[in-house]
Amino acid sequence: MNEGILEFVNVGKEYSGHAVLKNINMSVRPGEIHALIGENGAGKSTLMNILFGMPVIHSTGGFTGEVRIGGKNAGILTPHDAMENGIGMVHQEFMLIPGFTITENIKLNREITKPTLMSKVFGKRLESLEKDNMARDARKALDVMGMDIEEYVQVEGLPVGHLQFVEIAREIDKTGIKFLVFDEPTAVLTESETENLLDAIRKLAKQGIGIIFISHRLEEIIRVSDRVTILRDGEWVATENTKDITAKEIARLMVGRALSLDRVEGNRQISDEILLDVKGLRVMMPGEEVKDVSLSVRKGEIVGIGGLAGQGKLGIANGLMGLYPVDGTVTYKGEPLDVTRTDTTLKKGIAFLSEDRKGVGLLLDSPIDLNIAFSGMEVKGDFFRRVGPFKLSDRGAIRKHAEDMVKELDIRCTSVAQYTGALSGGNQQKVCIARALTLDPDLLLVSEPTRGIDIGAKKLILDLLKSLAEEKGMTIVMTSSELAELRSICDRIIIICEGRVAGELSPNDSDEVYGLMMSGVSKEEAMRAGGETNG
Amino acid sequence: MKGIITKLTGDSSFDLKNWLLDNIVTIIFWVFIIVGLFLARDVSIDWFFTELCNRFYRNAFLILSLIIPVVAGLGLNFGIVVGAIAGQLAVIAVRYWDMGGLSGFLMCILIALPIAVIIGLLTGILYNKTKGQEMITSLIVGYFGNGVYQFIVLFVIGVIIPVQMGHPMILYDGIGIRMSVDMGTITYSLDNLLQVPFAPFVAVMAFLVLAYTLWYQFLRKAKPGTKEKMSPIQFVLFIVLSLAVGIFAVAQAVTGGWMTKVREVPVVLMLVIAALALFITWLMNTKLGQDFRSCGQDQTIAETNGINVNRTRVIATIMSTVLAAWGMIIYLQNMGTLNTYTAHNNIGYFSVAAILVGGASVSKATISQAITGCLLFHAMFILSPEIGQAVFGQAALGEYFRTFMVYGVIGLSLGLYVWRANKRTKLELKPREADGTLKA
Repeated sequence: MNEGILEFVNVGKEYSGHAVLKNINMSVRPGEIHALIGENGAGKSTLMNILFGMPVIHSTGGFTGEVRIGGKNAGILTPHDAMENGIGMVHQEFMLIPGFTITENIKLNREITKPTLMSKVFGKRLESLEKDNMARDARKALDVMGMDIEEYVQVEGLPVGHLQFVEIAREIDKTGIKFLVFDEPTAVLTESETENLLDAIRKLAKQGIGIIFISHRLEEIIRVSDRVTILRDGEWVATENTKDITAKEIARLMVGRALSLDRVEGNRQISDEILLDVKGLRVMMPGEEVKDVSLSVRKGEIVGIGGLAGQGKLGIANGLMGLYPVDGTVTYKGEPLDVTRTDTTLKKGIAFLSEDRKGVGLLLDSPIDLNIAFSGMEVKGDFFRRVGPFKLSDRGAIRKHAEDMVKELDIRCTSVAQYTGALSGGNQQKVCIARALTLDPDLLLVSEPTRGIDIGAKKLILDLLKSLAEEKGMTIVMTSSELAELRSICDRIIIICEGRVAGELSPNDSDEVYGLMMSGVSKEEAMRAGGETNG
Repeated sequence: MKGIITKLTGDSSFDLKNWLLDNIVTIIFWVFIIVGLFLARDVSIDWFFTELCNRFYRNAFLILSLIIPVVAGLGLNFGIVVGAIAGQLAVIAVRYWDMGGLSGFLMCILIALPIAVIIGLLTGILYNKTKGQEMITSLIVGYFGNGVYQFIVLFVIGVIIPVQMGHPMILYDGIGIRMSVDMGTITYSLDNLLQVPFAPFVAVMAFLVLAYTLWYQFLRKAKPGTKEKMSPIQFVLFIVLSLAVGIFAVAQAVTGGWMTKVREVPVVLMLVIAALALFITWLMNTKLGQDFRSCGQDQTIAETNGINVNRTRVIATIMSTVLAAWGMIIYLQNMGTLNTYTAHNNIGYFSVAAILVGGASVSKATISQAITGCLLFHAMFILSPEIGQAVFGQAALGEYFRTFMVYGVIGLSLGLYVWRANKRTKLELKPREADGTLKA
């Protein structure tokens, strides 16, 4: 029965005491298309990393449970072991060498060689390449998918859709390929390219290859897969035959309410005045490209921006701060704002808490007081003393201000002279907030404020943001991958999908509506589908 | 204009601006040399070619040793200095035992091999630990190697390794090597094996090029994906040029023109250089060569496909170091004396500058670039003092100028390379349609 079947048995994984996968059981039969779906951080990539024996797993203490092939423990410890076991992967970001031809890429490190005089003396690596045979093999692999592109063309400059097929051809060409993982294969493809790809995947499955298909597009999963497994927060939620389940049900299972961050309705004063109005925003942030986003924010509200990773939600705040190439019409306090000029944006009272706290947000090798004062010094010229022609930093004022902030925000530290690198994630985030507050902003852009922060501290940060809005009348735009936290404090939530606004939801809308909308279903359809279960 | 260029290159996607930027260094050198030849009227053409050929025979091998590391993604290996040092140590040993002639030369090659392999191995490991900064590391490796070398030849020889007092190579107090070591009969041992006059040699070469051009155009079966034929203009250009040079050389040989006064061609040395070029070409067609190219293009992708990137890079460094050691021995047999403490100092800079002049970059280097670069760079070197003399009445000014050119070329090439690489990877929004709407 389990002839050649791939099984995950009680698979679990911890990163430094933090469990990211718990007791996963899942199986993939030969010739089956098995879809794997889950929100960010649900554990899809960790599971695949385990399957491939990636160093990131084994350098952090390995995993628990077993990966079995044909009922036997496969013992995959390195990517090479995975390859030996006939497991292949079509990567989301293409693992192709642009300067090589298609043949060279398909045959990368599996070149066909023949012995030479030198190789007999100095070893196999001096065998010469048999380019004709390599080309023939490449042709064969391309033909399996019905690709009529020439195998000797250089990869650089090929359309994205073709790159995907070259990657697949490489996996097909590997002898004895039994299982093939597709990680978000359609994310970068046009509609017709997607059609071709799905056809190719079906063809491969017919030839007896077991396929794991990871995608956020529910509609594709429904169309192409035989079974679907849903993960949530590192736990297995369900495995169903695709024909017995609807997109709506998948969406509900995928989102769910994992951690309970109870929503407390605040008493915010939201005026009718539009503080920030964005039209046709485009941002070229790699991996988070914003294609066309329009939104407006009223004074005093907390607006949430949600969506799956890679869909462009993070690009919005980064683009508004001018950190990446950007264009679009932005009006702030009724005046046009040139978003490409970070300095004027800051001066006009917009502050930004980056999702990359350790990289962009903090000077890790500097003390807390300097971190807090830094933006104020740079942007507003605060904390300086004038001595003759020189401007010297006023250490006393910096320290005094930092101490006030530490008290106000309850930052746990030994003293304000402590280096921020030594603080916990939650306290680091508070330092970032303190720095933003030093600028005395009217609008605060917050990206992933609780990323890498443990659950207890998460609540504190969220409460802090809420009180800023309620007590100081600050307007906040919060971007987060965690719907639960968006829903706990935001007044309304804008869902971004594929670089565009998919729709706007209220925090009280149902899980299905959220799940469907994040997969690119339009608001009306999502509401209709979601409404049925509620109503 | 565009049409002409397309016809000339047979490539419709040709972009003049990009081509100029790619070849700016080479173009500067061509202009300099052509203008220089006009300015320095006193320079006799036979002397110029004698000097140029001499320098070519001396340096070509060393410059070719730079190609493999570039292909393998290590950048320009200034560290060939340590290879040169290995060669010099071998020469010192062989001269100490007073071996001479061709057997002495071959002995140098043999002794240099294990030294260069060990040094190359260590250097390669160091490059792996400093990924991304190989070039700066290679510079420092050169300086460090110099320090160790000086320690050996000034102190170890005599104090730790006992040597014979009063040996002509050893300093009078019995410790350390003298400032210069005479190469004895090793001098020209390779050059003198077989020499033919310059003019007939050029004629034969020109006719070989002619024959190749005809074969390329009419008899060759083009592999799929490669260029089918030269463009007509290119073809005619090749035919006319090779015919003209060939006939001119024959005429010179018959009438005893300036070509007959140019230094004779050391055929065996030329064959050695050709053999190295062929070896590199062949190597690039092996599994190892393909791995070099994979690592050079993208280390991450190479690694995920199971290529042992670190090991491959070490092999590339070892090969480069060994070739540099041999190149240095060839250089010294042509020079006739070894300046014990200074000979290796500028080898790295000069070789790198030369290959850059040929149009190579941090990530791309070919044999023809190495050869052209070698010729152009040394033509500049010969002409600089002459131009200084002709224009300013001071040869010394030209000498300063050529030092300026060496470092200027390296600086300009590296700067341009980074500038262009940044431009390529720069993030940009897709342009809007003319009416301001977004493309679907």
